[in-house]
Amino acid sequence: MNKIFEVPLYSYERSEDQDRTTPARHPVVIIGAGPVGLAAAVDLAQQGIRVTVLDDNDKVSLGSRAICFAKRTLEIADRLGIGDALVDKAVQWNLGKVFFSDRKVYEFNLLPEKGHQRPAFVNLQQYYFEDYLVQRVRALQQEGAPIEIRGRNRLTAITNHDDHVTLDIETPEGSYALEADWVLACDGAGSPTRQMMGLDFVGRVFEDNFLIADVIMDAEFPTERWFWFDPPFNPGQSALLHKQPDGVWRIDLQLGWDIDKAKEKLPENVIPRIRAMLGPDIPFELDWVSIYTFQCRRMEKFRHGRVIFAGDAAHQVSPFGARGANSGLQDVDNLCWKLKLVIDGAASEHLLDSYDTERVFGADENILNSSRSTDFITPKSDISRLLRDAVLDLSEQYEFARPLVNSGRLSAPCSYVHSPLTSTDALDGPARSAPGSPCPDVPLEDVFLLPQLGDRFTLLTIDAEAPEHINESGITAQRLSLSCADDTTQALRERYMGAAEGAVYLIRPDQHVAARWPTFDDDLVRAALRRVIGKEHDL
Amino acid sequence: MAEHQLILTPNIHRADDFYAELLAAHDGLDKTESEALHARLVLILANHIGDNEVLSQALAAAQPSVPADDDRP
Ligand SMILES: Cc1cc2nc3c(=O)[nH]c(=O)nc-3n(C[C@H](O)[C@H](O)[C@H](O)COP(=O)(O)OP(=O)(O)OC[C@H]3O[C@@H](n4cnc5c(N)ncnc54)[C@H](O)[C@@H]3O)c2cc1C
Repeated sequence: MNKIFEVPLYSYERSEDQDRTTPARHPVVIIGAGPVGLAAAVDLAQQGIRVTVLDDNDKVSLGSRAICFAKRTLEIADRLGIGDALVDKAVQWNLGKVFFSDRKVYEFNLLPEKGHQRPAFVNLQQYYFEDYLVQRVRALQQEGAPIEIRGRNRLTAITNHDDHVTLDIETPEGSYALEADWVLACDGAGSPTRQMMGLDFVGRVFEDNFLIADVIMDAEFPTERWFWFDPPFNPGQSALLHKQPDGVWRIDLQLGWDIDKAKEKLPENVIPRIRAMLGPDIPFELDWVSIYTFQCRRMEKFRHGRVIFAGDAAHQVSPFGARGANSGLQDVDNLCWKLKLVIDGAASEHLLDSYDTERVFGADENILNSSRSTDFITPKSDISRLLRDAVLDLSEQYEFARPLVNSGRLSAPCSYVHSPLTSTDALDGPARSAPGSPCPDVPLEDVFLLPQLGDRFTLLTIDAEAPEHINESGITAQRLSLSCADDTTQALRERYMGAAEGAVYLIRPDQHVAARWPTFDDDLVRAALRRVIGKEHDL
Repeated sequence: MAEHQLILTPNIHRADDFYAELLAAHDGLDKTESEALHARLVLILANHIGDNEVLSQALAAAQPSVPADDDRP
């Protein structure tokens, strides 16, 4: 077994809060040190907010779980200071192969668009992602940032009040109480916070089981994603093979519904299955095995007064399309700048309701996509299997059928076009950067665009005049001036200008476009700024 | 003919020839193979049509028709 699972990353240490007679009050307490809770902690601490993370464990999550991290997550990771660490360690892949029965029906190349700093996807074990975030927390502590992770601190009770939350926490040395102005519940799919608050989590269970195994082998399989429908070594079911760093390979085998989970997990049953898949001559070692039933569901609302849910605690998807951790990181990206404004008094707490609106919309898009993939991979009726097999048969010969093959639609961020924070589009520009959209990256002279944005409001001008700063209702937008004259790759024109001769973009701290115009207009820009912090409701 | 509009009036020139060809395509196939052929055929034709609106109208038109109460004898 891989060592990283066993070493405590944030061992239990007694806190002085445990010795107080009246509970200490913290501005933000985060429940759960998974990828989502840790990312939120780093994001808030970087903005100078005091944050305390509680986790009932003291190690990284067991097994590799998430392995596919999407470009948007890497861009967010750049903002959190761990982008390079992730990409340097991760495996990059572009080629996918699809097999049906005993033959390869086609292969595809992700062909990522040029002119982005980050690749479309990388593969990396979730425990590295968590490890790098913990290292980042340690670095922030060195710099004096008020951020703390309390290992083996288990939340056992929670009460929501009008202006704060009270928490009961169990530790190896007994229990203590805390108060928090705000609580972020990032405690995973089984969220004890959600259960203690008696909140719903409705959706769909897929009546199927998947054996998920990480195996270590030296084999020189290429760095590709191989997906099998109905292969000879797992008849009637599906299989996936995908590479991770350190010679670790992810294997997914669909097992069906009526199985004995405990028995299927035994090495003497797992090993022959994997041998049948890899071939008799390939030596391998089992690193981690688990059996999952997949679900697609979400809470009705993600904000409940002073308790805000994010990541798997708020929504859960089947892993086809890698939308779990990736979407949880988008929650963090969306929430933290809003919470910062509310804590600073620059926005009212109603701004946090837009987190609910925007991320519920995102969750629904992810649930829709991953439900469709699951329905294609595991057809639930004779006719859906018939049509599925017809698509696969045709895909071998005819290109038209390939877009219908659905082994996962890889995670992409949604646009907040219908959000109350988004202004009406006033530029005849490209659709991909219309208000609501996540900003597409662009190569500039020796840097990329996205790292120049983030953590603040930006007024991006392209061949347009504007003041260097706009102060409005307690927030500041800072100008970033670019010109198509320097745009040697044409990416800026193609992604932000289209046929327009000039453009002014208002960009949120999470790098989504809030508004855009052909020229700078003081009144319109101020109105859009008020709208994006929830202070303009008339238009 | 209006765009985005499913054609539900006669549109195949030699209708009898087409129908005979459709039947002949199933010669020698058992029920499972015939069903698979139909599934492939639907996908090929749908791709040829391409227009999502027309496809939705075709799916609706193909639903089993339920006679309204007042039409019943
Ligand atoms: C087989 C598999 C493959 C996957 N593949 C991908 C993929 O390729 N890409 C992707 O994006 N996602 C993938 N996912 C999903 C991904 O693993 C999850 O979405 C992600 O872990 C969610 O992160 P989280 O921080 O919300 O929750 P978790 O990672 O579940 O973290 C929750 C934390 O809360 C703590 N906690 C729980 N209860 C308490 C309590 N009472 N008090 C204090 N702390 C508590 C837990 O100890 C834990 O550390 C996959 C999942 C599985 C199972």
